[in-house]
Amino acid sequence: MLASLLVAGGGFTPPKVDYHALAPEIILAAGLCVVLIVDLFVSESKKWLTATLAGFSLLAALLPVVTLAVVGSEVRSMFDGRYVVDNFSLIMKAMFLITGYVVVLLSTNEIEEGGYYQGEYYVLLLASVLGMVMMTSARDLIGVFVALEFLSIPAYMLAAWRKRDTKSNEAGMKYFLLGVFASAMLLYGMSLLYGVANSTLLVDIGEAITITGQYKAVEALAVVFVVVGFAFKVSAVPFHSWAPDTYEGAPTPVTAFLSVASKAGGFVALVTMLYLAFPHAEKVWQPFIFVLAALTMTVGNVVALKQTNIVRMLAYSSISQGGFILMPLVVAGTKATGTSLKTVVVYLLAYAATNLGVFAVVIAVSRKTRSGEISSFGGLFSYAPGLAALMTFLLASLAGIPPFGGWFAKLNAFRAVLEAGTTLGYAIAIIGAVNTVVAFGYYGNIMREMWMKPAPDGDTAPITTPTSLLAALVITGSSTLVLGILPGLVLRFGDLSALTGALSR
Amino acid sequence: MEVLRTNNALLTIGTFLPLVGVLVMMFVPKGKELLHKQIALLTAVATLLVGIYSLTKFNYGSSEKLQFFADTSWIKVIHSNYTVGLDGLSLPLYILSMVVTVLVMIYSWDHIPSPGNPKAFLILMLVLQVGMAGTFVAQDLILFFVFFELVLLPMYFMIGVWGGEDRQYASLKFFLYTMFGSALMLVAFLALYFQVSGKVPAGEASFNIAYLAEHGGLLGRSVQIWIFAGMFIGFAVKVPMFPFHTWLPDAHTQAPTQGSVILAAILLKLGTYGFVRIAIPILPVAAKAWAPWIGGLAVIGIIYGALGCLAQTDMKRLIAFSSVAHMGFVMLGISTLTPLGFNAAIFGMVAHGLITGMLFFVAGSVKDRYHTLEIKRLGGMLISMPRMGWILGFCVMASLGLPGLAGFWGEFPAIISAYSPAAGLNHNVFRVFMVIAALGTVLAAGYLLWMFQRVAFGQPKAEFAGASTGHPDGHGHGHAAQGDDHGHDDAHDHDDHSGDIHDVTFFEWVAWTPFLLAIVVFGVYPQLMFKIIDPAVNLTLKAFGQG
Repeated sequence: MLASLLVAGGGFTPPKVDYHALAPEIILAAGLCVVLIVDLFVSESKKWLTATLAGFSLLAALLPVVTLAVVGSEVRSMFDGRYVVDNFSLIMKAMFLITGYVVVLLSTNEIEEGGYYQGEYYVLLLASVLGMVMMTSARDLIGVFVALEFLSIPAYMLAAWRKRDTKSNEAGMKYFLLGVFASAMLLYGMSLLYGVANSTLLVDIGEAITITGQYKAVEALAVVFVVVGFAFKVSAVPFHSWAPDTYEGAPTPVTAFLSVASKAGGFVALVTMLYLAFPHAEKVWQPFIFVLAALTMTVGNVVALKQTNIVRMLAYSSISQGGFILMPLVVAGTKATGTSLKTVVVYLLAYAATNLGVFAVVIAVSRKTRSGEISSFGGLFSYAPGLAALMTFLLASLAGIPPFGGWFAKLNAFRAVLEAGTTLGYAIAIIGAVNTVVAFGYYGNIMREMWMKPAPDGDTAPITTPTSLLAALVITGSSTLVLGILPGLVLRFGDLSALTGALSR
Repeated sequence: MEVLRTNNALLTIGTFLPLVGVLVMMFVPKGKELLHKQIALLTAVATLLVGIYSLTKFNYGSSEKLQFFADTSWIKVIHSNYTVGLDGLSLPLYILSMVVTVLVMIYSWDHIPSPGNPKAFLILMLVLQVGMAGTFVAQDLILFFVFFELVLLPMYFMIGVWGGEDRQYASLKFFLYTMFGSALMLVAFLALYFQVSGKVPAGEASFNIAYLAEHGGLLGRSVQIWIFAGMFIGFAVKVPMFPFHTWLPDAHTQAPTQGSVILAAILLKLGTYGFVRIAIPILPVAAKAWAPWIGGLAVIGIIYGALGCLAQTDMKRLIAFSSVAHMGFVMLGISTLTPLGFNAAIFGMVAHGLITGMLFFVAGSVKDRYHTLEIKRLGGMLISMPRMGWILGFCVMASLGLPGLAGFWGEFPAIISAYSPAAGLNHNVFRVFMVIAALGTVLAAGYLLWMFQRVAFGQPKAEFAGASTGHPDGHGHGHAAQGDDHGHDDAHDHDDHSGDIHDVTFFEWVAWTPFLLAIVVFGVYPQLMFKIIDPAVNLTLKAFGQG
């Protein structure tokens, strides 16, 4: 209506909207509304409908992603290149949607049995996923920022979902305060960028910054602020302090969501900014990312070694994994820039599959043990050998032991930094190699509990896993295995040489 | 690189067949222990039959070529293929891994270590077999790495779950050491790939071992030396070479018998095999630069291992330290970079696998009967169980390198080869190594015979006297004589030997006889193996201008 008014006013041509390209977002938005409305009208005993509907919306949104991938590889660009659907965004969209679906599967029993507000929960979850899906296509400062807030704000609330639990409140509060702080940093950096480039389009910024090779101080400052803003989002050390408390306090399915999807969202944004807006400022951010990556993997690992609570340990583990995802970005902007982009995508896929699986097992086990301590895994192998074996595979995948998905991701990360052949690349490779070993210390610790320790209290009653949780276990477990043994199958989709619109060097 | 592509599915079947057994066993309930043992043994035997079939199809006239060669694309993006092949270097070890697995399965029939659960134990063993066989047939660095790592987790659990008192410490130590080595090894592999791909036409480079061996020489000396360093750490931890050996005594001592046997017979060989197959042929210049250091560490290992043995009070730990010494001989042979040295090394690997594997079997069975391996508490084994005692004696003789038994052909040529190492190496240095290594054999005779003497000679110790029945089927016989009313409490381990000291059982005979026969056969007629190894060794070493 507004458009027709503007047209009538003259001087305005409505932008062409490619509805096929926007279909995933539209379906998600529609699904979100349906869940909200249904929640209003169903009785308390039928609230499970909201979970089912949320799951369906996510799968339905996946459908156009698949058709878009099948139809053709040509890039669909809208709004003067501000919203782009290319291979990168398609594969990331698929990942976010599937991740969202698995999180719904993980949440179903937890949220229903906890008597929490089911309808609202799934609405917020869908909103957050919608933000992530938008993030993959945003190629404009405003688009990136809106998507980021869209994915973050529901997540703040989800973290505080168990509202009578102080820890959960603490989780939400910390996450919110630090998240807002990060947003402010980011916005400040973005405003500087706009000042420099006089445009919000990322590609324009990329052209405006330092084609000549000389940096203005303001440009360097802008780059640093933006990177710091996203460093909070991906919980890179030293901007990670919110993560362990938030992860521990939040309901476990939400933690799974935060540690996988929300983190991946941050990485998508970071990659977009680095590749599109700062391709010529690599002298500013390469050393910065190097320090972040080295610190993140090392500090995450070392602190994880001392944890006794499984979720806290997984929080630090996910921090350290974030370091490994940052690792290839150290050589983005060298001759390995294409490999490093692929690597980030592959790593995010493998990490998502594996980490969600780990959380699924944690949820399944804690349903019985009602405990978050690592020692509650004692003797798991003796009374639930299937879960224990699956957990072993998943932990091995996180530790990077073949033939599970994680090893291929790690292999790629090493490959990228060594391909570049830069000093920073070699240095981060060695640091990464040492950290891989350290990481086994805590992953192996859980394996030890499961296989070699007796069950605490001698309670060896078998674990009953509800169907939805079982489905989540099957999805994550099988994709972890397939990614490890036949990575070629999946990697085909991640075979990207560059982001659309990226400036060639 | 010439290859023979006949029967190219054979190696894939031989490598992955155990997984079929694993799959079946996963669906059999845990309680059906006998069925699990049957399936596992059947799978292992079937795998061995595939191995024997490939022995009959192997073209011995051209054992330097890769045979049963298969090559399909695997991970295209990183130019890594699924490439498998078998030549004279890998054939003995490939078959050995299958034989050892079958025999260990037979031994497991009535020796499932505490806390039981044959299902998991045997599944792990089958997975181990996949990793071991795969490592020996892989002809692609990434594939090699995957198999090389695949053995880690099963062994970790085997030690950690079914091991002795300090099992958790030992298993973690084993894992972290190996993982540290292999992480650096992987970095070295990747660096190698990228360095080579910078020197050859774009898009041509691959992780194929033969390809890299042809083009590795293009790299500059310092690059080679750095890459070799990464590989060196990876392989040296596995061998294990001094000073990376400290995981070995713990792992061996704590591992269940089956684990010790597999560890000694096969897993240690993955390291030495890596040197022979990958590090040295691909990086000849670096190999020369590193050779004196490797040789030096090898002889340190020989002497250190021997001195370590002399200080041990635990029989199993003693055998573990003797492994360090024996692998020192293997590495000394490799470090000479001569055909003779390499031949000796590969023969030594197989011989050490047979002999030390056998020693660990005996140690395991002794522990089952005496519930201790403390040398000073054992004694008079020749009286209490003469057959076991003589088998131990036989293995001791083989282990110290008695001519006519397999051990001799691993050590003696290795020492000889150090007399004239490859051109370009410092002869004086290697001759010093030779003398030290020769002294090592004297020490070996010393510690092994001393151990044998204390364990087997004399009268059985008072605490065990009367426990012996002298019959293989002596379960229960001794109870009356002992008249014990001790609880079978671990804390009372000291007293818990209620008359079970019986001689070699049926399953032990079945599992051990092939080992004993092989030790004699290869000892009397070493040519049987040398003629398979030699052509492949010569091809491997052609970069050094010999053979």
